[in-house]
Amino acid sequence: MSKTLDAFKNGKAFIPFLTAGDPDADATVSYILAMADAGADLVEVGIPFSDPTAEGPVIQEADAKALAGGMTVSGSFEIVERVRKVKPDLPIAFMTYINPVFKYKGAAYEEALKEGQVPDEEPEPYVPFFKRCEEDGVDALILADVPFEEQEEVRQVADRYGVDLISMVSPTSRDRIRKIAEDPRGFIYVVSSMGVTGVRSDLKSDAVRDMVSIIRETNPAARCAVGFGISTPDQAKQMAALSDGAIVGSAVLRKIHAGSGPDEVAAYVRSMKEAVTGS
Amino acid sequence: MGTKGRFGEFGGQYITETLMNALDELEQAYNSAKEDPDFQAEFHRYLKEYANRPSLLYYAEKMSRDLGGAKIYLKREDLNHTGAHKINNCLGQALLAKRMGKTRLIAETGAGQHGVATATVAALLDLECDVYMGRLDMERQALNVYRMELLGARVHGVSSGTGTLKDAVNEAMRVWSEECATTHYCIGSTMGPYPFPTMVRDFQSVISKEAREQILSKESRLPDAVLACVGGGSNAMGMFYNFIDDPDVRLIGCEAAGEGADTPRTAATMNTGSVGIFHGMKSIFCQNEEGQIAPVYSISAGLDYPGIGPEHAYLGTSGRAAYVPVTDEEAVRAFEYLAKEEGIICAIESAHALAHAMKLAPRMGRDQIMIVCLSGRGDKDVAAIARYRGHDLHE
Repeated sequence: MSKTLDAFKNGKAFIPFLTAGDPDADATVSYILAMADAGADLVEVGIPFSDPTAEGPVIQEADAKALAGGMTVSGSFEIVERVRKVKPDLPIAFMTYINPVFKYKGAAYEEALKEGQVPDEEPEPYVPFFKRCEEDGVDALILADVPFEEQEEVRQVADRYGVDLISMVSPTSRDRIRKIAEDPRGFIYVVSSMGVTGVRSDLKSDAVRDMVSIIRETNPAARCAVGFGISTPDQAKQMAALSDGAIVGSAVLRKIHAGSGPDEVAAYVRSMKEAVTGS
Repeated sequence: MGTKGRFGEFGGQYITETLMNALDELEQAYNSAKEDPDFQAEFHRYLKEYANRPSLLYYAEKMSRDLGGAKIYLKREDLNHTGAHKINNCLGQALLAKRMGKTRLIAETGAGQHGVATATVAALLDLECDVYMGRLDMERQALNVYRMELLGARVHGVSSGTGTLKDAVNEAMRVWSEECATTHYCIGSTMGPYPFPTMVRDFQSVISKEAREQILSKESRLPDAVLACVGGGSNAMGMFYNFIDDPDVRLIGCEAAGEGADTPRTAATMNTGSVGIFHGMKSIFCQNEEGQIAPVYSISAGLDYPGIGPEHAYLGTSGRAAYVPVTDEEAVRAFEYLAKEEGIICAIESAHALAHAMKLAPRMGRDQIMIVCLSGRGDKDVAAIARYRGHDLHE
């Protein structure tokens, strides 16, 4: 049973993002635990990809570092397994690109390959990934390069294993928002601005307000969290006031890249959670 | 699976939500332009009077005699304005961009040929132009960088990843997702999300439309084989398209094997890659077991791409076309051979197709015919080939 929507049961949600394996797996586990203790309502864990076309420079750097350090899809699952032992109830989502999900063949297949055996048959695409999500307690998946029109082949497998395939809407979605909002899984990821991920000094409330109002008109039960460009408590407060929560990625990674330890990142998360709670 | 733009299981629109509206807008604009006689007339007028079409179909008699087999015809895309087939597609897309009210073109480029062609049509049609190019490619093709600047374009170096063509595509997509309201992304090959693979193929299909008429008029019959080099696959799709329904015409795509398809220093996607989803399309990619896109290598900056257009993936897996690997060394030898034998200095990309033609022609009968697409001219490659041969020559 997916815990994605539990993220919204403590009022407005604060959702931090970080990249698995940046700077290494142990650090990622420590950061996630610290953020959960500081009030993060859901943690998004990025599975690094070689060519993250939707990301700005900060997450690009994080992906490159994580891959250079040997992080893999299985390694990202292992991080979640370790977190789960301590935090059984924390909602966790993966965020990545479709190719690593499409190509993932599961730990047993990988072991066989390592021992030089070539398994007879390749598993059905997406099944090993979502099966492992179910086993390790990954509640949701966000794929930056799968728009609504291409979701079907992924979503039917995700549904089978009780994993929420999150949909995004953006300022250019216009008429498409209605069909996206009709039957969403988990929450709807509202992309605040045009372009790629990264910190922005000016966030435009109007576009977000419009998107959220179309979503709510179409589907009053839908939950919306706003991401892209948010870094300060004021921005988080502003965006959460218009929706059900705020998602922050690049700003968290900037702290990690600047050498902040789990305590400092936790202090930041606490200030952001306080800001969205008061919104 | 989405239904739009599929070639069998390949193709589709795997792109960020932010760009979906721009793709819908492009699809509608393209479908209406395709049916609009005024658009088509304007496009064909530019092809004829500006790009120098139709390109010649030249019987390489000396080379055919020397190789002692099939009659070899060269489809001379190298004689087009800007020196390659890329101009066909750029004229089409730039006219479409104008029609959509866009004021700027952005493009990725590898060897610089597509960047030059985009900068050229931008100058011609009064559009702003920004070209994204891998840092490594900017060094390999310094002359083309200056050429683009002469034409009024801004060239942006891309240092991320491997600093080559795929990274230039990544960056162009990022920029497009910020500015798609005013900007058209003029993709240079039959790749990316729908409608690009279909649209670029249509603009390039003039190559095989002409070649088919030309060979029928010269030989009163169709060729036995048609060859073209393949990176993303635009000159090959253009060269194959009007022969696809002629089952007796063999279609052969020649991939850049770099130091060898059995080495890691290769870009031979169809021969070494596997099915994946990247850059907006389901297709075949060079990648590791984990789905991370592999760094690829070829002496040719234009073929140095880890994927291939979805229609090629379909033609290849369905058996309609064959895709063969050609190494750097074989391509360089073909480059030198054509210069000495026929007095034509072709692009190192095109030399990959020629190298396979040199292997295949002697195994064919003297009554058989092959057409090789000479996709571009080789001025841009002279210094790099000299260096490959150990001469200390820099532009």
